[in-house]
Amino acid sequence: MKGTAKMSEPAGAEAAQTATAAPSTKVRASGVNVHYGDKQALFDVSLDVHENRVTALIGPSGCGKSTFLRCVNRMNDTIPICRVDGLIEIDGQDIYAPEIDVVQLRARIGMVFQKPNPFPKSIYENIAYGPRIHGMARGKADLDEVVESSLRRAGLWEEVKDRLAEPGTGLSGGQQQRLCIARAIAVNPDVILMDEPCSALDPIATARIEELMDELRRNYTIVIVTHSMQQAARVSQRTAFFHLGYLVESGATEMIFTNPEDERTQDYITGRFG
Amino acid sequence: MSLRSAWCGNIEKNMNDSVANSPARSKPNFSDVHLRKRYRAELRFKSYGIAAIAAALAMLAILLSSIVSTGLSAFFQTEIALDVQLDRSVLDPSDTADSEFLAKANYRKLVRDALRAEFPEVSSRRDTRDLAKIVSSGADFTLRRFVADNLELIGTTQTLWFKSSADIDQLNKGAILRDVPENDRRVSDNQIAWFDALAEADRTRTSFNSTFLTSGDSREPEQAGVLGAIVGSALTLLVTLVLSFPVGVMAAVYLQEFAPKNRWTDLIEVNINNLAAVPSIVFGLLGLAVFLNFFGLPRSAPIVGGFVLALMTLPTVIIAARAALSSVPPSIREAALGVGASPLQTVSHHVLPLAMPGILTGTIIGMARALGETAPLLMIGMVAFIVDIPSGFTDPATALPVQVYLWADAPERAFVERTSAAIIVLLAFLVLMNLAAVLLRRKFERRW
Repeated sequence: MKGTAKMSEPAGAEAAQTATAAPSTKVRASGVNVHYGDKQALFDVSLDVHENRVTALIGPSGCGKSTFLRCVNRMNDTIPICRVDGLIEIDGQDIYAPEIDVVQLRARIGMVFQKPNPFPKSIYENIAYGPRIHGMARGKADLDEVVESSLRRAGLWEEVKDRLAEPGTGLSGGQQQRLCIARAIAVNPDVILMDEPCSALDPIATARIEELMDELRRNYTIVIVTHSMQQAARVSQRTAFFHLGYLVESGATEMIFTNPEDERTQDYITGRFG
Repeated sequence: MSLRSAWCGNIEKNMNDSVANSPARSKPNFSDVHLRKRYRAELRFKSYGIAAIAAALAMLAILLSSIVSTGLSAFFQTEIALDVQLDRSVLDPSDTADSEFLAKANYRKLVRDALRAEFPEVSSRRDTRDLAKIVSSGADFTLRRFVADNLELIGTTQTLWFKSSADIDQLNKGAILRDVPENDRRVSDNQIAWFDALAEADRTRTSFNSTFLTSGDSREPEQAGVLGAIVGSALTLLVTLVLSFPVGVMAAVYLQEFAPKNRWTDLIEVNINNLAAVPSIVFGLLGLAVFLNFFGLPRSAPIVGGFVLALMTLPTVIIAARAALSSVPPSIREAALGVGASPLQTVSHHVLPLAMPGILTGTIIGMARALGETAPLLMIGMVAFIVDIPSGFTDPATALPVQVYLWADAPERAFVERTSAAIIVLLAFLVLMNLAAVLLRRKFERRW
């Protein structure tokens, strides 16, 4: 992934990787250390994220999962006192290399935040903004098509197709979050990062988004930070357990939840702490 | 042994074992006395608030009523009807109907003749002069305009309304008292008698003083108007707005969104805050030294006034814009960055539109302050007596507050009411600007 190349080709959409094929590594972190000023938040984290899989990051509050997530799309760059050391590669390319353009990197990686944050514009504009600024649509008809397909894939089309001009902030919480997911997939990213996307939603909305994640992973690589172990067990194929800034254990979800290797993992999933 | 207090018995039900067995822990004071004390304190606090608002409103009412009561009469002008004989021999003996020739005719004679026709008993030189003075000196020009527009009426006698002189006008409005001895009065007994006679014969009236709003300054109060000052103020404010708004907003955007947070930017921020508090006359001195002396720009021109006021308004705009920008929630910025927008796109497509209402409010507040500033304009020479309405940014001009200042100093009685009337016009402008601010805010306001 070159920083200077045009970013408009669809990536991974055609890759018909089934669950049985050996998954390749999409994101690789090696020896990542993150400091906020003098305080160290992540200690030597090494993790592989597989393509077209859902990887869940679990752990108690303040253990560094969101920090790690934000390193992947370099959102930590916006925090002046944050310092990231180590290697993070996406498709084999070091994303912290000096020649990488951060803006284009973020266009290849979508992010969904904990609290739904649609733009205070119309629903149509929310989805159309990304494709428009990246030159992905050649005219209004193209843009309409992108908006519709993104909303369909996010499972929101039927509910909002008659009111695309209404403000995005007028939707319910669950709808807003699906709108944010649609906005993230409209620019056709390779990786979608989700930072506790369901924590502000009711169980029904949560269930819909979990279904959505399962459909989306066919075409995208998803990394989700979640507080809920049940959710991690439901939606992910791989899980990584963080504790006090250390990556304690990572592996296949069934293994982590039924037969963890580390005692701290065992304590966490049985509810001893966190 | 635990110490359980006797009061508030029903609260004891909620005490659990651990609390009951530990040494005495006091409960909140729920007694009646305490309750009444709290109610009284709240009532006192509310009444302080209401008293403060009432005092502010009372002061506002006193201010407005004093200005309006003094200034309202300036919008009316006493007029005198005279039968003017448009004598062809005076105006156009050879019947040429040449406009240049007509312009130089002796209209003053026609007016005086008309006056003398009203009061044929007036004969002495001094009395005749006195009589002529009850009509405004601008009557000549009124008559000239009438003749120029109605050439076909030359040779007839027409009844025309002329503005009375300022002193007669003030007499009619009661500002000049009749029971003062003649030597202390601006109008003589004769003039009062003549005016009363005219009033008896229904040859006087008070009509709306359109001259006040359509002509520039003048030595004669009855011919003086604020239009020159209004146009001067408008041109100056236009220059101020065009300079301070873009520069201020862009500076705020850079300082807030892009500049690194180090000692230099802290220094800049402190300096901007200080500049906002600098007395405005200092900016006037700066304008005098730099714009007039060094750059040699024309004195008294709206463009120089605009530069000076822009420098003065800039800190206000920057501070308001920074506050508006920082009030935009960071989640909007994160959402935009997450979609792959560059920092510039994030700011211009998302942050700036959301910050617009606050920025506009700050700008209008700055403009309103600039409209009322006199000191810096005095320094750059806008205190001159300007008669013509300025037509461009480099013509000499005056501004509304300066006009108020000049008229407040003028000796003529009639300028007292005109000063207050000019203040009314200034206040009307301010109300309009604030109205514009409210409407613009509502247009840009979005819910998030």
